[in-house]
Amino acid sequence: MLRVSGLDCGYGRTPVLRDFALSVEAGEILCLLGRNGAGKTTAMKAIMGLLTPSAGTVEIDGVDIARLPAEAAPRHGLGYVPQGRRLFADLTVAENLEIGLMAGHGPEGPRRESALELFPVLRERLDQRAGTLSGGEQQMLAIARALCLEPKVLLLDEPTEGLMPAMIARIRAVVTALKGQGVAILLVEQRVDAVIEIADRVLFVENGRARDTLPAAALKNRPDLLERYVGVGD
Amino acid sequence: MSESTAVLSTPPAAPPTARILGLHLGVLAVLFALHFVLPDYHHISLSRIMVLACFAMGYNLAFGYSGLLSLGHAMFFAAGLYAAGLVAQFADIAAPGGFLIGVAAAALVALTLGAIALRTGGVSFMIVTLMFAQAVFLIIYYFGTYTRGDEGFVVPDAMRVLLGLDLADPTVRYMTALALFAACLMGSLALARSNLGRVLIAIRENEDRARMLGYDVYRYKLTALTLSAVMAGAAGAAYGLLFGYVGASFASIQYSIYPLLWVLMGGAGTVLGPFLGTVLMFYLVDLTSAATTAYLLVVGLVLIALILFFPKGILGTVRERYLPWLP
Repeated sequence: MLRVSGLDCGYGRTPVLRDFALSVEAGEILCLLGRNGAGKTTAMKAIMGLLTPSAGTVEIDGVDIARLPAEAAPRHGLGYVPQGRRLFADLTVAENLEIGLMAGHGPEGPRRESALELFPVLRERLDQRAGTLSGGEQQMLAIARALCLEPKVLLLDEPTEGLMPAMIARIRAVVTALKGQGVAILLVEQRVDAVIEIADRVLFVENGRARDTLPAAALKNRPDLLERYVGVGD
Repeated sequence: MSESTAVLSTPPAAPPTARILGLHLGVLAVLFALHFVLPDYHHISLSRIMVLACFAMGYNLAFGYSGLLSLGHAMFFAAGLYAAGLVAQFADIAAPGGFLIGVAAAALVALTLGAIALRTGGVSFMIVTLMFAQAVFLIIYYFGTYTRGDEGFVVPDAMRVLLGLDLADPTVRYMTALALFAACLMGSLALARSNLGRVLIAIRENEDRARMLGYDVYRYKLTALTLSAVMAGAAGAAYGLLFGYVGASFASIQYSIYPLLWVLMGGAGTVLGPFLGTVLMFYLVDLTSAATTAYLLVVGLVLIALILFFPKGILGTVRERYLPWLP
């Protein structure tokens, strides 16, 4: 589904990613784990086309999109929920969804309904400005907006950061449901318990390079890797 | 806002379309009624304000809705003004044709400028637009044989005729200005509530976010700039034809700053804000300049007070604090 290989990328002349590689299949959740500044968010931005790589490929179903502009990524099935929610705060919930729906293909009604079915609380707040929603609701809206594009691959950058437990549980449930629908999910998550619970595989990122990968369930038996790459023991 | 507060709070009611429409039609009705009661001086002033407010509404499309902080919008106003004036002067093309030619000229200038300037952003965009506007200003002087430079020229009365009506007549002039104003106001309202308007606001708030959703930001910004220029050009063409004078001062930097001030004062990204800002600034300058030669000092103080008490402009702040449904 999503295959990244040999990716070199950075900000201006400052390289961040070096020979970065990963792959995620349909119905799989791959979690990137690493310290702050390891290059996890940069990898997501590079995959989305927000940064232009100096080398390497980003393939969706065999089509290389590495050097296409960011606006082309959704057409190839990529959806992105960046860190910090990133809504259009002055627009209402309905308008935020509309922006996602207009960018997608096919009838808008069913896509709107499936997004709202996952997050029923948004249905009650359709006319509320997005900037006035709580943190959890904003995150739900950010994910719902990305889902309006019906992505084949969904990139989620720390979706539960700063949320209360009930919201975290809801978002985890939705991510698991999306996996069940065959969506390939690339996740950046700092909570190891969450990673073990919902991810299939873990890829450790260090100094802009993809390092070890292992099944998420095996994480609890590898405190050495957690200590080395994330800085937390058991 | 805490999570619990937000979850328990009652969501606001749906935006009341009838109320929004009623407000804007009400403003137009008041302007229509004022025609019958205003003394001559204020009657002609309001005609002028309505045309200039169209310029401000055009600027608002670029700046208020799309986040394009242009310092060169005088070039679009001047393109409409000079195109309509010059074809009246040298080609005997009367008001309707001249108006359309003025609008087309402004659109052409916007497409040309936009193709270059929109490759940049932020401060660079401001500088590029400023430089283009200065180039247009100097071109007017360079072709002084035709434009009469700073002195300008008077549009022949015979060309200031619309559907057999004399545009120099105060009633016709006022009603024509009102018709143009109504078209721009309702056009702005329709745009603000359209899909295009939502995408422009999304781009204004964060270009990268809009791109990540698949929007071609450059194309949308070019569309916004062109629509903005069309409105500014329409205002310029109407100004020349209604008031009968075309001069280089309308292409100066001052006329690029004015719409920015009008929009900031009234409320960027609000439909009625540009009109309110134009009215207040027009009369603020008018009244203070009659009282003192240091009127710019007073204007400056008022603007500082405005920033302190209405950081998002008057209607922008009113919308934020009291009337969230205000478009």
